[in-house]
Amino acid sequence: MPVATRVIACLDVDAGRVVKGVNFENLRDAGDPVELAKVYDAQGVDELTFLDVTASSGNRETTYDVVRRTAEQVFIPLTVGGGVRTVDDVDRLLRAGADKVGVNTAAIARPELIAEIAERFGAQVLVLSADVRRRIGDDGRPTDDFVMTTHGGRTPVDLDAVEWCARAAALGAGEILLNSMDADGTKDGFDLELIRRVRAAVSVPVIASGGAGRVEHFAPAVAAGADAVLAASVFHFGELTVGQVKDALRAAGVVVR
Amino acid sequence: MTKDVVVLDYGSGNVRSAVRALERVGASVTLTADPVAALACDGLFVPGVGNFHACMAGLAAAQGPRIIDRRLSGGRPVLGVCVGMQVLFEGSTEPSATPVEGLGEWPGTVERLPAAVVPHMGWSEVEVPSGSALLRGVEHERFYFVHSYAVQHWTLEPSGAFVRVTPKVTWARHGAPFVAAVENGPLAATQFHPEKSGDAGATLLENWVRSL
Repeated sequence: MPVATRVIACLDVDAGRVVKGVNFENLRDAGDPVELAKVYDAQGVDELTFLDVTASSGNRETTYDVVRRTAEQVFIPLTVGGGVRTVDDVDRLLRAGADKVGVNTAAIARPELIAEIAERFGAQVLVLSADVRRRIGDDGRPTDDFVMTTHGGRTPVDLDAVEWCARAAALGAGEILLNSMDADGTKDGFDLELIRRVRAAVSVPVIASGGAGRVEHFAPAVAAGADAVLAASVFHFGELTVGQVKDALRAAGVVVR
Repeated sequence: MTKDVVVLDYGSGNVRSAVRALERVGASVTLTADPVAALACDGLFVPGVGNFHACMAGLAAAQGPRIIDRRLSGGRPVLGVCVGMQVLFEGSTEPSATPVEGLGEWPGTVERLPAAVVPHMGWSEVEVPSGSALLRGVEHERFYFVHSYAVQHWTLEPSGAFVRVTPKVTWARHGAPFVAAVENGPLAATQFHPEKSGDAGATLLENWVRSL
């Protein structure tokens, strides 16, 4: 049996609190990332990802505290991304209890950061977080060319996304978190062409992210080459459970835990 | 009686999870590099992530090899995890500017996994030998792996002095079969991360702590 396709739940965390409201019942504090992490763990999630959207660096301590408390209570892998700029940032997150760290903007600005992190801590801790958009053609419509963006998708960069993922993997990224900014929030399904292109270009695991809305969206992402599927809002708002997603994957012949 | 476990702190990755996971199953855990504490405890947990050679160098700087040798010669339990397991073999083909040998407790070389997608990252099944004490009760569970290299040939034949103490070897597969766990008297090791493998991992750690 192959390694199970992972189902990953992502939480946006701002100054130690979950960004959007939730409607899980029986939660003491629905805004506490630790409480939510426990819910997802109980649902059978395979990994957790915290995206730290804290704007002020003065509030970073809160993030470390959340990571610490989560790692003390939830015994599955935890990735933390957002605002990671230096090897020291990675060190602090790992010491707090993160297993993997996502880098994005800082690696585009200075690709050597990838090699520095991989050399110090190993490729397995480094997740390249790629926020990708389709380039808009001269006719104003999206093309099949994929480009990188930074700052949470707000800033387009003149950098081919598929080439960047391949380069990052060669530099030492152990995994690619492939987030389609076009599909993100649409709930229309993952950008399968993007997954296929990056899958063909790298041999490290690829996590599909952005666009999940219904249970039937997940299996096509795996068929397109994703090793893991990530969702945020559909889990967060209780529209889907991890168990439902796994049942759908299993029914489609995908091996899950 | 509460068992004292030391998680050897020699600068390797996320050790907080290992400490908490061991505490969760009832151990009294100290995270330290103090050789005296590491020798005196009931069980020594040796973590390890990243490059084999860097990990081995860090372990050597913390007197890890001597501590492990001394413990084993006294029959005192040691559990190596991930690269903490790999360094128990003779060496690794993982690239390094300053390659070093492993501890050589078991014969074998750590080699890159011949799979289409590497690292092997995620939850995989394991093939547990009958009579495994470490994996008792979780023989059919999946465990969390994160690694690009593994021992793919187990060459320790059950002969001579080993006839009566044949190590129990658990296998997994990613591109090729590889050694996922070894139980060999006081020395045990897992390539996967029990501290990150949810309830299945907790059961394994509980089995180990109870055996101390």
